[in-house]
Amino acid sequence: MRFSGLRVLAEGLRGQRGWTPHWHDRSPDAQYDAIVIGGGGHGLATAYHLAKEHGLTRVAVLEKGHLGGGNIGRNTTIVRANYFLPGNSEFYSRSLKMWERMETELNYNVMHSQRGLINLFHSDGQRDAFVRRGNAMAAQGDDAVLLDRAGVRRLLPYLDFDTARFPIHGGLLHPRGGTARHDAVAWGYARAAGRRGVHLIQNCEVTGIDIDQGRVTGVQTTRGAIRAAKVGIVVAGRSSQVAAMAGLRLPIESHVLQAFVTEGLKPVIDHVVSFGMGHFYISQSDKGGLVFGGDIDFHPSYAARGNLPMAEHVMEAAMTLMPMIGRARVLRNWGGIMDMTPDGSPIIDRTGIDGLYLDAGWCYGGFKAVPASGAAMAHLMATDRPADYAARFRLDRFATGRGLMDEEGTGAQHSLH
Amino acid sequence: MRIACPHCGPRDRREFSPRGAALARPGPKAAPEDWDAYIHQRDNPAGITREHWYHIPCGTWLTVTRDTVTHVVEATE
Repeated sequence: MRFSGLRVLAEGLRGQRGWTPHWHDRSPDAQYDAIVIGGGGHGLATAYHLAKEHGLTRVAVLEKGHLGGGNIGRNTTIVRANYFLPGNSEFYSRSLKMWERMETELNYNVMHSQRGLINLFHSDGQRDAFVRRGNAMAAQGDDAVLLDRAGVRRLLPYLDFDTARFPIHGGLLHPRGGTARHDAVAWGYARAAGRRGVHLIQNCEVTGIDIDQGRVTGVQTTRGAIRAAKVGIVVAGRSSQVAAMAGLRLPIESHVLQAFVTEGLKPVIDHVVSFGMGHFYISQSDKGGLVFGGDIDFHPSYAARGNLPMAEHVMEAAMTLMPMIGRARVLRNWGGIMDMTPDGSPIIDRTGIDGLYLDAGWCYGGFKAVPASGAAMAHLMATDRPADYAARFRLDRFATGRGLMDEEGTGAQHSLH
Repeated sequence: MRIACPHCGPRDRREFSPRGAALARPGPKAAPEDWDAYIHQRDNPAGITREHWYHIPCGTWLTVTRDTVTHVVEATE
């Protein structure tokens, strides 16, 4: 079944009776060419690219819950390419270009909306830092526009320009930044992978990884043993637990990151806006809810719910930046489990065990990385060599100290990211 | 989340700053691998973990035994 305008019209006339399921829930076979552990955005994209570009026909995605039930359904849906350092910069630039083709490629409406992202700055020092970042983005071939105070006021008239504790000096506009319908990204990749023969297996938790003489031979699951010569671990906040099944200890701590959504409102916030003097970023969903988030709680957590102090910090930042938000009522808040690395940058690499690969460490930025991460992980699993645009996401960079990508410049330590 | 400071009693989480996993610091002549294990590599358990926290008002370093799934603080020392 292909989606098209004509099809939507025809189904409308026929009472919507012709639609078929987007994918099929499979039972596991005894053996596959490749297994991807984790049916989230990154795992489903990996499986899709394994089938599409590398011709692997027998691929399974094993998901312990339901597809797209983890961080792909728990984020603030922001898509951007405004990174600074070599390694990250070209990777996220590539990822954004893949986002711009995604709906055509997957034949799926992910509601990708390039509404523009504005990072506000509140001091001369911050302006200098954003000028530098904007230049780095332009040098990478992406778009960045420096806005002065009047320029920000034209776009975001609802901010508090007159009495704010931290006066707004300007902003860095990234016009191609924006948002997407996060669940639809998982559904789109699931459907596209399923159409290429990938088996999508839900309620199938991996309980062990079989290794024979330094080579992976398969996995143990709650639905029996499955053999495969290539296994990819793509499980975000649970990376440490799954890697431990192969005797690995990772440079990862799992932290909770909270997000919030208000009741539905008429259109009021047209961009993605981030505050520069506290942890707060906001956009408005097509349903009308104001979606906003803050920083991690800074202590390891698997609770998928946060503590009140960070919720209070986020609300305070919101109120100082845009006092109008005080009239909106928060409908829900939730937490996602972030796989935090010491330098805040990801890992796509071999593990030291032949046939076992790791895609992890996405910290608080995994959503926008989904397409390029899937393509890079598929390249690594199929060829045993890293894709050139993800070659710096090495697992051993912490041990050697070479190639650390510390975007925040705080030092490569767990307690600082 | 409340943490019991041995000096001040149970206090709000906002009075504390987390410093990370409570691991034995390698000696000055330790191998680079030991430093890598100490600084970067983590067990990252889903369950009971031991961490260093700093109680800001009284300046005490604590070793906190805490459940990362339920956020229950089991012991402080």
